[in-house]
Amino acid sequence: MELVTPGIGLIFWTTIIFLILMLVLGKFAWKPINKMISDRNQSIEDALNMAEKAREEMKELKAGNEKIMAEARIERDNILKEAKELKDQIVAEAKKEAGKEVEKLKKSASMEIAAQKAAAVEEIRNQVLDLSVLVAEKVIRREVKDKNANQVLVDDILKDVKFN
Amino acid sequence: MKHILIISIIFASLFSKQVFASENKESEAEKPFNVKEMIMHHLKDAHDWHILDYKKSDGSEVVVSIPLPIIVFANGKLDIFMSSQFEHGKKLVDKGENKYIIHHDVIYLADENGGLKIETNGEEEKILNAKPLDFSITKNVFAMLIVSIVILWIFISVAKAYKKRPGRPKGLQALMEPLIMFVKDDIAYPNLGHKTDKFLPFLLSVFFFIFFNNLFGIIPFFPGGANVTGNIAVTMTLAIFSFLMINVNGNKHYWKHTLWMPGIPTFVRPILAVVEVMGMFVKPVALTIRLFANITAGHIIILSLVGLIFIFKSLAMAPVTFLFVIFMNVLEFLVAFLQAYVFTMLSALFIGMAVEEPEHGH
Repeated sequence: MELVTPGIGLIFWTTIIFLILMLVLGKFAWKPINKMISDRNQSIEDALNMAEKAREEMKELKAGNEKIMAEARIERDNILKEAKELKDQIVAEAKKEAGKEVEKLKKSASMEIAAQKAAAVEEIRNQVLDLSVLVAEKVIRREVKDKNANQVLVDDILKDVKFN
Repeated sequence: MKHILIISIIFASLFSKQVFASENKESEAEKPFNVKEMIMHHLKDAHDWHILDYKKSDGSEVVVSIPLPIIVFANGKLDIFMSSQFEHGKKLVDKGENKYIIHHDVIYLADENGGLKIETNGEEEKILNAKPLDFSITKNVFAMLIVSIVILWIFISVAKAYKKRPGRPKGLQALMEPLIMFVKDDIAYPNLGHKTDKFLPFLLSVFFFIFFNNLFGIIPFFPGGANVTGNIAVTMTLAIFSFLMINVNGNKHYWKHTLWMPGIPTFVRPILAVVEVMGMFVKPVALTIRLFANITAGHIIILSLVGLIFIFKSLAMAPVTFLFVIFMNVLEFLVAFLQAYVFTMLSALFIGMAVEEPEHGH
């Protein structure tokens, strides 16, 4: 029975001890500890949020980079294509130019040849004309005396004529 | 490794202490060993802190104990003296007007002959002497003071550690933080919500006061060994604190629901009010008895197991007892935590119910 009968002294001392304990702990332990833990939790949360944000930014940055890369690749392709076109054009033009030049050269050459040819023919004709006149003159002079003498004369004349 | 060593020392001393205490009982009275008496002696509060006693070679008995201050109030006079003046119940302490006698750790005022008037009724003996108001620093009070100093030292140094190192906790701080967070996040917050911070100091204090007193109660030698949380006066006082916390902070909503329950027929309301008011007092009573009974029961089991050796008068019982006592001590360790948790949890729950804001309009 004594075990379940609370003693007044113990109630009194428990009350005092517990009250003092609660007040002192409340002021010097629970309040600062609770505050520190809350602050720390807040700072951890902030840090996590910041990391999340940084990750997001990183992702965006990466996406941007990829976009820029893709654009650069397209740009490069375009430049290469243009360069190739230009090259082809230049080559083609050069070819055309060269062809024209050759044509011109050919033309002038053939004209030269034709001119030379014409000059040569003229020359021959003049020579033949002179020879004919000469032959005719000599024939006419000899004819009057002898037939055979004529023939010999013609041959002689012809011998003299040098077709050069 | 260090912990294992400490634990084994604790167990070893537990064993040796019980042996000392019980051996003494047996030899001193030369009568059959009384387990009940031994157990009751260990469960009850005392006016001095008994450590051990032994017999000298010449047969005289030496009792080693720490004397504690006796503060008694009788006939309008306050007397303060040390318990050693009783010389373990053998002597009367004469303080002029009042003469005190201690019998089975209860202080009585001596009668005109300087003795006790004992009325024997079969097995029961009844002492008719008047008792003074006893405000002594008893074993339990002294133990409570030691535990309080330990708690203060631990948590003030933890608080300092937080100031010095707000980041990662270390050492004692790391050991205590999970417990503090446990009380805050798992006990206080689910019941109190945004009002947690207001009641947290009370809940943390109750939790650690009970937990550390329970733990010290398991230690069988000097700084521990007092059955503080297994004393109904202590648990009752703590429950009264809970009761005050609940009812002082109870809001209009709470009192309305207690005294004049809305939403039911008027004639039922007074009946319900009676039930609710009873419930108001049953809650702290339940808290009182739960803690007291759990801790006391654990101690009774351990003491009974040790008592087995002396009942069987055989050393062969010792290993069996030893194993069971170790098992019980581990269980007690769990109970020490569990009961602190349950007390705090229920206090938080009741406070939460009392301060809850009405969400539904009726």
